[in-house]
Amino acid sequence: MAGRMRADGTGSLAMMRLRRGPARTSATPASGAPALDIRGLGKWFGAFKALDGVDLTVARGERLVICGPSGSGKSTLIRTVNALESFEEGEIHVDGIRLTREPKTVEAVRQRVGMVFQQFNLFPHLTVLENCALPLRLVRGLAAGEARERALHYLAKVRIPEQADKFASQLSGGQQQRVAIARAVAMEPDIMLFDEPTSALDPEMVKEVLDTMVQLAVEGMTMAVVTHEMGFARQVADRVIFMDHGKIIEQAPPAQFFSDPREERTRAFLQQVLRAD
Amino acid sequence: MHFADNVDHPALLGRPIVFLPGLALLFELLRWSNVGATAIGRGLTDMLALSGLSPSADNLVVAGVATAFVGFNLAVVMRLKLRWQVYIVWLELAVLLLVFFYSFNLSFDFIRRKIGFLLSQGLVMTLYISVVSIAIASVLALIGAMAKLSSNGVALGIANFYTSLFRGIPLLMQIYMIYLGLPQLGYVVNAVPAGIAALSLCYGAYMTEIFRAGIESIPKGQWEASRALGLKPGSTMLRIILPQAMRVIIPPTGNQFIAMLKDSSLVSVVGVWELMYLARTQGQTEFRHIEMMVTASMIYWLFSILLELIQARIERYYGRAHAR
Repeated sequence: MAGRMRADGTGSLAMMRLRRGPARTSATPASGAPALDIRGLGKWFGAFKALDGVDLTVARGERLVICGPSGSGKSTLIRTVNALESFEEGEIHVDGIRLTREPKTVEAVRQRVGMVFQQFNLFPHLTVLENCALPLRLVRGLAAGEARERALHYLAKVRIPEQADKFASQLSGGQQQRVAIARAVAMEPDIMLFDEPTSALDPEMVKEVLDTMVQLAVEGMTMAVVTHEMGFARQVADRVIFMDHGKIIEQAPPAQFFSDPREERTRAFLQQVLRAD
Repeated sequence: MHFADNVDHPALLGRPIVFLPGLALLFELLRWSNVGATAIGRGLTDMLALSGLSPSADNLVVAGVATAFVGFNLAVVMRLKLRWQVYIVWLELAVLLLVFFYSFNLSFDFIRRKIGFLLSQGLVMTLYISVVSIAIASVLALIGAMAKLSSNGVALGIANFYTSLFRGIPLLMQIYMIYLGLPQLGYVVNAVPAGIAALSLCYGAYMTEIFRAGIESIPKGQWEASRALGLKPGSTMLRIILPQAMRVIIPPTGNQFIAMLKDSSLVSVVGVWELMYLARTQGQTEFRHIEMMVTASMIYWLFSILLELIQARIERYYGRAHAR
């Protein structure tokens, strides 16, 4: 039904990315490579080591939740993936493309990686529709009509097509974040990064954003989500990662992670965050 | 009103106990300062056909009229809607200004004879210089702002030196330096290009700072979101950052445009036939300097008002995303 929206001739999101389904049919350079492959990643902020020897592989279609205390390096980790942060040690491969500081690889990686920010970062001078359509025109080279149609399609998916002509400041926080998700997903990335997407929201708006993310997960999107929403982790994550002091301390499927954490630090952290759950 | 404090301030001037003594004081002050003998006072008594009485009677009449005028504003105008208050006060002040000019005993016949040339040569030249200089200054400012925000030390050094030098030297001196200095290097420039160059460079330096501050006022998250979506640095600047920065840039830039319109009069020192130059020289022949100065001033003012209106429109356009 949404097939006509696709300029590149691939199927709709739902058809293309079945749960645990095969990789997308459109050719990517190294289609056998994992969506994300990080080896020995190290990053310094001055004398402070923010990331310390992080190894992480995310398979296509996998949903990863990253948690940990503040300052543990979880946001920094996903921000290095699309080069919003630099790194000093190790390697990052996205879809088999090695991320260097060269414009070419950075652009190539950013075209495959979508990102949702804690502060939404919608463009306030553009309408909701233009927020989604402008990058499609400038980056994907779509004609104005096509971009508009695809933007509306994805706005419908996050259930706010009727707000298309409003400015971001006229929307609630939850609506703004859903627009931000639509804007990123409309670029049809291979992997979506979420940097604490619900942390800046009023409590009653958290659910609508999480529901949108669950829907995205069900459709098979590869996701790496930094969040404190442990309910979300339980519901959709294939794997939960706990970070502290720039290191991955523990990783396990959610059932095991929540019921039987191995590390003392994980247990202490879970006690803190689950109290509110 | 941007911030309506939810307090009903008692109108101080609306209370008889305040404004009656106030008016009495004003009346006495005017009488004491011999207001009947001033040009405006004489004009007023002439108009009322009450001239020729004793000086103290003149004082009484003029002070009475002025006090009644102020009293009318306090009693009537201040009770109107805000909008009408503004209109009426504008009108009153404009009339006062005209009365002030009228007291110069201007020869309107002389003005009528000269105004055609003042407009067709002087105004046209002033607008030409201003518009071209504003356009060049805007481009310089954009380049300067980019350089100041870049991590290129050479660009940064040039931009810093440029803004420091051209903001630090009087504009008049810059005009002389370009007009008289460049020929020393072997480049003879005409007066008009020299004036345009000086105005562009000087205003470009000021506007560089305005543009830089405007661009820096946009949160880092806007850059990150744009770059993360895959937009190139150039597109990010042109499509995402600058349109938002415009909201911050426009008001001070409008100021600069208005100042430029009037500072273009400085190029008259190198003999450009713009409004100020003509106003000075045309009056000389018949010793009617004041006529020409007043006329030129009014022309400058009218075009400043025009720029203010344009600025308001542009501000509304770039602020539309923030209107609720």
